[in-house]
Amino acid sequence: MADVLDLETTQKRAAAIRQGLGDLVLSASDLGKSYHGGSRILDGVNLNIRQGEKVALIGSNGSGKSTLLKCLIGLHPISCGKVEIMGDAFTDTAPARVFHRIRRKAGFVFQNHCLVRRRSVLSNVVHGMLGQRGSWRGFSQTLAPQGWRDAAMEALADVNLASYADARADSLSGGQQQRVAIARALVRRPQFLIADEPAASLDPVSGHDVMALFATLCRDRGITLLYTTHDMDHARDFSDRTLALRRGRIFIDRPSAEITKRDLQETFDG
Amino acid sequence: MAETRLHAAPERWSGLSPIKFVLLVAVLALIVASMTQVAPTPKQLADGVPGMIRLADRMMPPNLDPVFLTRIFWRIVETFQIALVGAAIGILLSLPIGWLAARGVTPLGRGGYLVKAFVSLLRTIPDLVWALLFVATVGLGAVAGTMTIVVDTIGFCGRFFAEAIEDAEKEPQEALSVIGAGKVSIFFGAILPDTAPSMINTSLFALEKAVRSSVVLGLVGAGGIGQELKVAFDLFQYQNASTIILAIFVVVLLMEWATDRLRASLQ
Repeated sequence: MADVLDLETTQKRAAAIRQGLGDLVLSASDLGKSYHGGSRILDGVNLNIRQGEKVALIGSNGSGKSTLLKCLIGLHPISCGKVEIMGDAFTDTAPARVFHRIRRKAGFVFQNHCLVRRRSVLSNVVHGMLGQRGSWRGFSQTLAPQGWRDAAMEALADVNLASYADARADSLSGGQQQRVAIARALVRRPQFLIADEPAASLDPVSGHDVMALFATLCRDRGITLLYTTHDMDHARDFSDRTLALRRGRIFIDRPSAEITKRDLQETFDG
Repeated sequence: MAETRLHAAPERWSGLSPIKFVLLVAVLALIVASMTQVAPTPKQLADGVPGMIRLADRMMPPNLDPVFLTRIFWRIVETFQIALVGAAIGILLSLPIGWLAARGVTPLGRGGYLVKAFVSLLRTIPDLVWALLFVATVGLGAVAGTMTIVVDTIGFCGRFFAEAIEDAEKEPQEALSVIGAGKVSIFFGAILPDTAPSMINTSLFALEKAVRSSVVLGLVGAGGIGQELKVAFDLFQYQNASTIILAIFVVVLLMEWATDRLRASLQ
């Protein structure tokens, strides 16, 4: 019954997005981040993302892309400004419980997948349930409730890796490991997915496959996606909107199809 | 060739500063001074060697009486039980203690240093001293021996477990933290799988160490085969003593062989 309701909610969400009716999922205003010693990494970032949007964030090395993503989920504390994610707002003095709530609703995919190498693929996906109320048993598929194991198997099937459930995570190729990381992020059915250069550590073919998988899953389920990338093809092909970050500020924010060569030159050379 | 002409060779003792030289001389002087106090003189060696030969002669042949051998067998079993149970309890307790002591991971913050200091205290007091304390508190016998091995194992494993936890891969921990996992879940989900090979290795060394320790604990009344050895020497039953020493040798050798095989299979 719960599954049927989930499916209906997901379908409604996807339909609303197709009609351009998505609610605001992420809103950041005047967000700033500086480290001790004064160097300013983010400087007055303003950002709005609506439900169902797929947004690419581009920028040269050191422009603050990864820092921005980590600030959004509280891995790095912000220095000033305000962020609101799916109804939970925080400033530079936010208590830890706010980030716990945000992390329960949002999924995060790292550049180098960050799997527990010695655990099975299934255990790694079951880990996605950790943080849910009463989910202490999620640290291993052996102890996890049957419902979580089923959800993890379903997520693995979504990324075409169900047959590898029992394999050790480090026995898989880089592309497969990144797909396991995606399954781990999706197992809780998040409304918002944040990915930090998900294809950067992969060869061009695997990278393209991973990005295509991301885009398809997010479109079908109405998941909002924010990802960073160095690859303009990945930004153009898989996102609706591209943001360019330079010296800690967003200086381009327009539909991905409208990004020009000159924009790229300004982003990566400037 | 031109390169050689242009650059002079460095000084022969370029790495040795005056301070290092003085320290080196001081350490050497301390060793020489100590040798005059505690090292055996040639005369003492000349007098002692015949005494050792006489003792070895009185130890031969070892006592192979079946009744005595049966008694020794059960004492060996008891020794092994002390080592096994003590090491098992010590290793289990070392897991949370190592976690609480690990810098950057402990939920106690700076309180982790206190846990580390406690582990150091357990390690710095020798096992025979712990055995004397436990014999005085719980009485003579195997229980005092087991408690000694528990404390000794925590002192050993607690430190190495903490170091392994500190060195565990940080990325999977960060990934689970982002998912919203608590510290206990991160420990079991990411830290323990990553550190398991190192912890198993340490545990096998701890078991080996426990077997060797449990052999001598009987000398102060904490049960096991050591107690038989002390009685044999006290009553000048040197043939019994040689049998016990051989039995200890076989047990320790078997233990080292078994743990070596286990370690090799884990590589």
